[in-house]
Parts: sequence; structure tokens; C-alpha cells
Amino acid sequence: MHQSILSYRGSRYLWWSLLLCLIAIVAYIVDEPNMPPNGGTVLGYILGTLSALLIVWLMWFGIRKRCYKSKMGTVVGWLSAHVFLGLALVILATLHTGFQFGMNVHTLAYVLMIIVVVSGIYGVFCYLHYPRLMTDNRGEVSPDSLMRQIQEIDRQALVIASEISDETHERVLNSIRRSRVGGGVLKIIFGRHKKANLEGLVQKAKVQQKIMKAKNVDSTMAFMASRITHGREDTSELLRQLTDLLIGQKEKLLAQLRRDLQYKAYMDLWLYIHVPFSFALLAALIVHIFSVFFYW
Amino acid sequence: MASPIYRIAIIGSGPGGLSAASRAAEKGVSHVLLEAEKHISNTIYRYQKGKHVMNEPRVLPLRSPILFDAGKREDVLSIWQQGLDQHKVNIQHGAEVVAIEGSIGAFEIKLSNDEIVRAETVILGIGVQGNPRMLGVPGEKGTEDKASIVQYTLDDPEEYEDEHIIVIGGGDAGIENALALCGHNTVYMVNRGMEFERAKEANNSAMLAKIKKGEIVCFYGANSVQIDALNDMDEQKAILVLETPDGEARVPCDRIIARLGAIPPRPFIESCGIVFPSKDREAIPELSDKYETNVPGIYIIGALGGYPLIKQCMNQGYEVVEYIDGVDLKPADEPLLQAKFDKIKNKPSVSQALKAIKKQVPLLSGLTTLQLREMMLDSEVCVPNEGEYIFRKNDYTDTFFCIISGKVNIEIDDDDPDKVIPLSQGQFFGEMSLLSGRRRSASIRAASGCILIETPRRLMNKLIGSVDSVKRTIDEAFIVRTLQTRFAPTTPVDDLTKVAKAAKMLAFKAGEELFHEGDTAKSFHVIRKGSVTISRQIGEHEVVMSYLPAGNYVGEMGIMGQSRRTATVKAATATETIELSADAFNYLIEQDAELKKKIEAEYKQRVSKNLNIQQEGGRGIISFLVSQGVGEATDVLLIDESLCVRCDNCEKACAETHDGTSRLDREAGPTYASIHVPTSCRHCEHPHCMKDCPPDAIKRAPDGEVFVGDNCIGCGNCQRNCPYGVIQMAVKPPKKPGLISWLLFGFGPGPGRASQISKAHDPDAIKKAVKCDMCKDLAGGAACVRACPTGAALRIKPDQLPGYAGK
Repeated sequence: MHQSILSYRGSRYLWWSLLLCLIAIVAYIVDEPNMPPNGGTVLGYILGTLSALLIVWLMWFGIRKRCYKSKMGTVVGWLSAHVFLGLALVILATLHTGFQFGMNVHTLAYVLMIIVVVSGIYGVFCYLHYPRLMTDNRGEVSPDSLMRQIQEIDRQALVIASEISDETHERVLNSIRRSRVGGGVLKIIFGRHKKANLEGLVQKAKVQQKIMKAKNVDSTMAFMASRITHGREDTSELLRQLTDLLIGQKEKLLAQLRRDLQYKAYMDLWLYIHVPFSFALLAALIVHIFSVFFYW
Repeated sequence: MASPIYRIAIIGSGPGGLSAASRAAEKGVSHVLLEAEKHISNTIYRYQKGKHVMNEPRVLPLRSPILFDAGKREDVLSIWQQGLDQHKVNIQHGAEVVAIEGSIGAFEIKLSNDEIVRAETVILGIGVQGNPRMLGVPGEKGTEDKASIVQYTLDDPEEYEDEHIIVIGGGDAGIENALALCGHNTVYMVNRGMEFERAKEANNSAMLAKIKKGEIVCFYGANSVQIDALNDMDEQKAILVLETPDGEARVPCDRIIARLGAIPPRPFIESCGIVFPSKDREAIPELSDKYETNVPGIYIIGALGGYPLIKQCMNQGYEVVEYIDGVDLKPADEPLLQAKFDKIKNKPSVSQALKAIKKQVPLLSGLTTLQLREMMLDSEVCVPNEGEYIFRKNDYTDTFFCIISGKVNIEIDDDDPDKVIPLSQGQFFGEMSLLSGRRRSASIRAASGCILIETPRRLMNKLIGSVDSVKRTIDEAFIVRTLQTRFAPTTPVDDLTKVAKAAKMLAFKAGEELFHEGDTAKSFHVIRKGSVTISRQIGEHEVVMSYLPAGNYVGEMGIMGQSRRTATVKAATATETIELSADAFNYLIEQDAELKKKIEAEYKQRVSKNLNIQQEGGRGIISFLVSQGVGEATDVLLIDESLCVRCDNCEKACAETHDGTSRLDREAGPTYASIHVPTSCRHCEHPHCMKDCPPDAIKRAPDGEVFVGDNCIGCGNCQRNCPYGVIQMAVKPPKKPGLISWLLFGFGPGPGRASQISKAHDPDAIKKAVKCDMCKDLAGGAACVRACPTGAALRIKPDQLPGYAGK
């Protein structure tokens, strides 16, 4: 019942794309222009125009995705077409170049396009690969409730620590405080961009801070381990509980949360290549077209 | 000195009582208004601070000496108080009525302080909330120098700090109070049971978490014995003595909040001699068209009489005083009703029309004029042209129709619209969808000269609940028509009626078995409401094989050939079935040679679907989905987590197309085998949210979408009633800038981003209920599914469930 972007409607856009590529390749082979194949032949112009239109249309996906009231197909259909026609673009554009490359703005546009497509392919891989890992990792617990569980463990740890001694309480409190630092720099850089991504990044940074902190925990734990051996009998049980909470349970939850945020970040991060480079591509494309017509 | 005999005693100073008392004062009729509390209108007084009070239904004109307009609770109450003062109403506070004795002209109203008030007539306007149940232990009332530490409400939990507070009562009210108080107070919970079985799931788990954390100390299985006051020297004010399974417990405290529920007003009303037509909890006393009960001289107005809206209550208060004073007043709704009847060619007067309806429609003849008036106020008179469709098969409408005159035709063959069963004057239709909550089972066309009354579902359910004859008649018709459409279209109705009379209506709770695998088969069931799962014992496990929603039948194979049940059938949700005996079934089969083949074919189809489910390992999915309420759903959003990239575009699409608030929470909700059921509306067959909506704002659209209309008054009942937590109370945010101005100039929140709702935008904005409407107003269909970039989200209907699991 559920159809992925690759299998959408029996992969109809795959067949469209293959057909498009086939026609282009056959035309390229059959075509015998009176100069070496390049963008300036009739076929070159046709392929170039087609590719440019395709690029504009592919980029239009970003807008269609945000037109929530649009009646024009479904977003999954658009993405499926986006993926397959985006791949076809590589063939069309390559044939358009006539395999003539150089150190110029034209090849720059081509390289940018390849970067965009390759990042897109990686994106498709991420979209198909990570969701399942994410579900397996998280089970039925949401990241919010993981956070809450961690906070709860911190709270319990503080209660136990305060029963042991003020010093222990101080230590545990510091350890918890150190783990609460947010990703300041990332927030400043990406603060005005996509919120969902930002959250992923900031939280990931938080988690990384927590990994850093894990080293600090070691010293806290070492302190407490020494307390267990040298401590009085009645606090050793409490200390055991405390280490169990902070090392056993909290670390497990942190690892789970960390993985969750990692997976989410994997699914978001490629877009930071894909999208800016596609805008760069658009700019290079405009320069390419402009220079071809006015300065050739 | 003998106390005076008032012409009218009004009990309860709610909107109805206030209006009645003011009208009496205005007319100079001797009266007394008895109010148990120190303030007026206790129900509204207990609304939370600043709550907006609405003035639905807007079309109804207000008829009262006291002003009323929509506004804040405080303003409404203060205007009413001013009205009382201005009209010099004789109000007696602290007058809790315990009994009414005597008869018209000489009633004796006994108060809890043993005072007796005498009156010729009594108006009851006490509402349906009832009085809070008291603790009933020594020390509860306090002493002369020490005020009582027991209270029965909690207005503002922030008012108390660093107190030791005991909350008694493990229902939702008690739990909510305890949760709100803990954190800044030491809170104890006293629960009579061993768990919080009456509480909503969310409250229950929140409470258990607090108890586990040690933030609330709970005494289970505990009963309060007495309250001992402490000296001023002590840290706390008193000690509550409890009897617990572990012996006596003494808990020092500053405050006791008892939330023991309310005593429903019905026993008190019955003690006055007033009769309720049925035992149904929804039943309301029968009233004359002048609001008089079966006890002459006692009148009932307002919510107690079935009119929950403030304006209706106030109008009734005014009218009832006029009636008692001998003025023959036309009710305020008269022009509204007249407008409805003006659609009929000869434009009958309201009373003529009502009389005609009572005479011509046997179903409605058992109604009092008042009930009929109310029904007509919300109903529509339809005068369709000949050949016009009233509804079509598979429409999702749920209104009910009575034929006042003329005829309609039921189409029984999809391929041949000329094959029809006629229904004539006095008969009714539409009961199938009303009862089953499912799509229309047949198309209905108007014949010549047809005049109909179309009644909304809520009103019809109210009538079925309160008028016994209506329920009986509709039930019988339901069975006959089910048999007719499903099994025996050619058998004469009289024969079917005989079969119907022998049929039994059965009700099953969720999880209850209709029959068990291996039982001897003696009967079969037509599912009339709800749905069932079919399961078999495989090895040690009971495996759910299939799911059948209302409108289907089960158990037919048992009586057609095999004598033992081959599977266990359980109710997936509250379910009602019609049980037919083997004899009745065989009789039906004899009538129609084709029927047996048809049933066998349907059975084969089902078995092959079951096989799929077994082979594909989809067995767990059905029971998982049924446990998530898909059993009572008509359309549910499912997300395949192996495809979902967690982009939340579904939520963004929902918010963008629905005034900025997403009606679905993708993240929340359980997952099984990568199928995730997000927190989003299931569009239940019998929507829980519709149950108690004062302005009847929640409706079902023709395609099945359950939506909240513009006339929502923001009371929050639906939010509380929804077991799936999919309704929110939200304010409409300011309009967002367009896509281009965001993209090019960076104005405001962009598409898909949350709006910033600031108080400056609209400080008086009212929170109204918002929920999924399945994007009924969008041409393309549900935005969440259409916006999903990876195909993870889809919506399914229950009939697709076996196919989905067996995919």
C-alpha cells in the first residue's frame, strides 16, 4: 500500500526518464552535424534547452513542496519524478556538452550540476536507508520522551547524591550542568534557516557536548568508585545506585538519543550541499546561457 | 409567624432561574429565588477565570429582562448580578433545597437548614451538574472558631503554596487537581480503589509517574474516617484519619480537597414526584409545552429539561413566568419555526403543522409538543422535486428523515434505478446510517408531492434515548430493512417483520466475545454498530485473522453447513448486533435460491483474504491497529516508518491549510512493525467528540469527515471526550505573508513554519476546538498525505484493513 519514491506508480517516471535518455542517445548517435558535436549544433541547442528547462523544473520542487494547497499531483509523485528526471539530466547535459570540457564557466555549470545530482543520489540513499534504522533504534520511544527520561535520571541522581554527601551532590550537579551546554555557534550560523534542520543540528551538538562530557563523567565516576571502596558501608549502596543511574541507564539513553539525532542529521545534512549548489548551478546556468548568446 | 406564600419559588439561580425571577420581579409577581451557593449561577461561576461565554444559537432572539451577550465569564456574571439588583429580585442565598412536598397552590420547600419556604408554584432550574458529594465524616464542617479545611472545588491551583494538601477522590477531577498542586505543595492522594480505573489514560499515567517519583503520596484502598483539628501551635491545621488496608493512617494537612463526584439531580427530582420516561442516563423528564412536569405546579427549565444553551434557558425562564401568570405567549422560537413551515405550499401555522406531523408520522406521535418543537427547531423541512435524490448510496450523511406527506423510493439495485421499494407518508428513513455510523446503504429519490423533515443525528439520538417508543420503532425498522437489503429483497415486509420480531438485539463491550471457536453454532449475527475481529487459536496464540466493520454479518457458515464455530469473534469496540436464529436464517434462504450462493461466495472471498494475512505475517498488524482504535475508525492516517524521513512536512501541510495549527502529531503515537499510528483523528463511526457538544458544532460531512463548525463555543468537551487526544483548543493566528515576499524579502514566518501568536495580535481571541477535517474543503484531498515526499503517509478506511495487513 505504501509506495516509496522509487516504486511510486510502478516507477512510471523511471520509464519516462529511460525513454527520454534513449531518445537523446539515439539522436546523438544518428545526428551528423557539420562540426564536432557540441552545444551549438541543432541537437545541442535542443538538448541544452531541454536540460535548462529540466533544471528549472527540478528546482521548482522546492516551491511545490511548500505549496500545501496545490492540486498539482502529490509531493511523492513530484519527488519520484524529481529523482528520475534528475538522473536523466546527467545524460542530457552530458550529450549537450558533446564531451567538450575546459576551464570555463560552462564546465563550472556542468560540475555544479554533477555535484547536485550526486548529492541527490546520496540523499535518496539516506531517505531509503536511515528511516528503518531510526525506527529500530528508537523502538516506541520518542526523542522527547528520551530527553525526559534523561532529565528524570539526572533528577534521581541528584536526590541520591544529596543523600550521600554535599560533595557528591556538587560533583553530580556539575556533571549534569556540563552536559547542558547547547551548540552556540551552530545556532548563530544556522539560526535563521530551516527550523527542523536547525533543531537536529543543535541537538546533535548538544549530544556531542554530552559525549565530550562523558570524559568528564569518567572523572566523576572515578571519584565515586573511590568513594565506594573507601566509603562508609551505608553510602556504598547509594553510590552503587548512582553509578548505575549515571553510567548504566543514562549512558544507554544518551547513546540511543545520539544515534537518533545522528540518523536525523544524516537525512538533513545532504540538503546543505544539494540546495545551495543547485542555486549556484542556477546562477552558473544563467551566466552560461547569457555568455553563449552574447559573447560566443 | 407563618412564612409568606410566594406565587412562584424558583430553585437555582442559573441563567433560567435568574431570567424567571427577574421577569417575576418586573411583573410584580411575588417570588423567591433560592440559591444554595453564596454567588449566582454556580455552574458558570465555576468556569475557569476569563473563560469566554458564547451566545449560541445566534439566530434565536433573547427574551429576558436580564441582558446577555457573549463575553468573559466575569462580565457575564456581573451583568446578571446588576440585573438582579436593578429588578430587586428576592434572592435567598445559602438556601439548599432538600425536598419539595405538597401540591399546586401549597408547595412546601424544605431547606437543608430546616427552614420551609411556601409557594404556589415551583420552577426548577437546577441544571444537570448536581451538587458535589460530601465527605460525610466528623470534623468536616469545622467549628465556630475554626473554619472547615475541606473544600469541594479548586479554582486556582497557584493560589496555594507550601501547603500540605490532601486530595480525596481518584477520578479525573481529583487527579487533575493533585497534579496541578504538586510541585509547589506537599500533596497526598486518597483513593478508595486500588488503582485509578475511572480516570482517563493520560491522567492515570501522569498520576502513576508522580507517585513513582515520590512527588505525590498515594493511599490506595483508603477511606476517610474523621478530621481532627490541631492547635494553632502545630505546623498543620488538622489531621485526616484514614482507614487503609495497612491499618489506620494519620495525615497532617492544611487543606483537604474532596473531589468525590456529583450527586446527579435525578433522585432529587424523582423524589418530588416527577417521572422520567426511561432509565437511560440521558433521559429528561417529560414536559408539557408550557414546561410543566407531570406534577402540576412544578415546572422545569434549562439544561435539566434538555436545553443546555444559556439563551434557551433565559428565554424559558421568561416564558414560564408568563405561563404561570396566565399569559398565553408564543415561544421565542415561533418565527423561526414559522419560517421553516413556510416552505410548504399552503403555509400552515406552526401549531397546525405540528399537529399534522404528530398525526401523520406515527414515530413522532409519542413526542410532547415541546419535544417536537425542539426537534423542529434544529430540523429542516425539505420539499424536494420529483425524482430529486435525497441522498445517494455511500454518502456519509447521518441525518434522519420522516415523510410528512408524499412518497420516496429506495433504490435497491445499483444497476437498475427503476428497481425500487417505495416508502410513503408517515414512514421514515436514514436510520441505518444513524445507528451504524456508516455510509448510506442505498440511494433515495423523492416521488411526487413529497414533504420531509430532516433531523440531525444528535437530536435523533437524544430522542431515541429519551422516548422509548421512538427507540422501539426505529430498532424494528432497522432489522427489517437490514434483512431486506442484505438477504431478502423480494420477501414481503410482513414476513420479514415476523423474522425481525424473533431477532435479538445484543450489545457487546469492547473485547467481549460474540462466540468462541469450537462452540456449537445456533445463530448468526448482523453487526449493526461497531466492529469485530475474527481470530483463531494457532498453537498457543490467539491470532487475529480478520476484521469486519458494521454492516457485515458473521457466523453464517456455522449454521449453513458446519455445526461448530471455526473462529472466535470478538467485539473490537462497543458493538451491537442483531442475532438471528438458524431457523430464521434457513427461512430466508428458502425465500431466495440465489442467496445461498451469494453468501458462500462472500465467505470464500473472506477466507482467501484471511489466508493472505496468515501467509504475509500481517496477523499482528490487525490486532495492533484495532487496539489503536482503527476498529471504530472510518478513515485513519498511517505512516510507514521505514519510508518516513521525519521531515514533518505532513504537519506543516496540515498547519498551513488549517489556520496555522497542525491537527496531527506525527511523532506521538505507537508503532508496530514499522507501521506508525500518529496522533490524528480517526473519524470514528460514532465520534466520541460529538457526544456532548452544546452548540452541536461537530458534524459529519457527506464524505465522512468529522469536523468542527464555526459555531464552536470553545467549551472543550470534545477535547476531553476524545480517547485519542486528537482535538486541541487553539487560537487563530495572524495571516502569514505570501510565499514570494518570504522568499525574496524574508517577511514573517515562511511556509511550513509556526506562526508567532502574540497577545498583541488579539488579546480577546477565543480558543476554539480544532481537529482534522480530512481537508474536506481542499479539492486535492488530505494535505498531510499529499505533502508526504516519500510516500510514507497514507489514509485507509476500515474495509481496506484486511487488504492492508495482507499486503
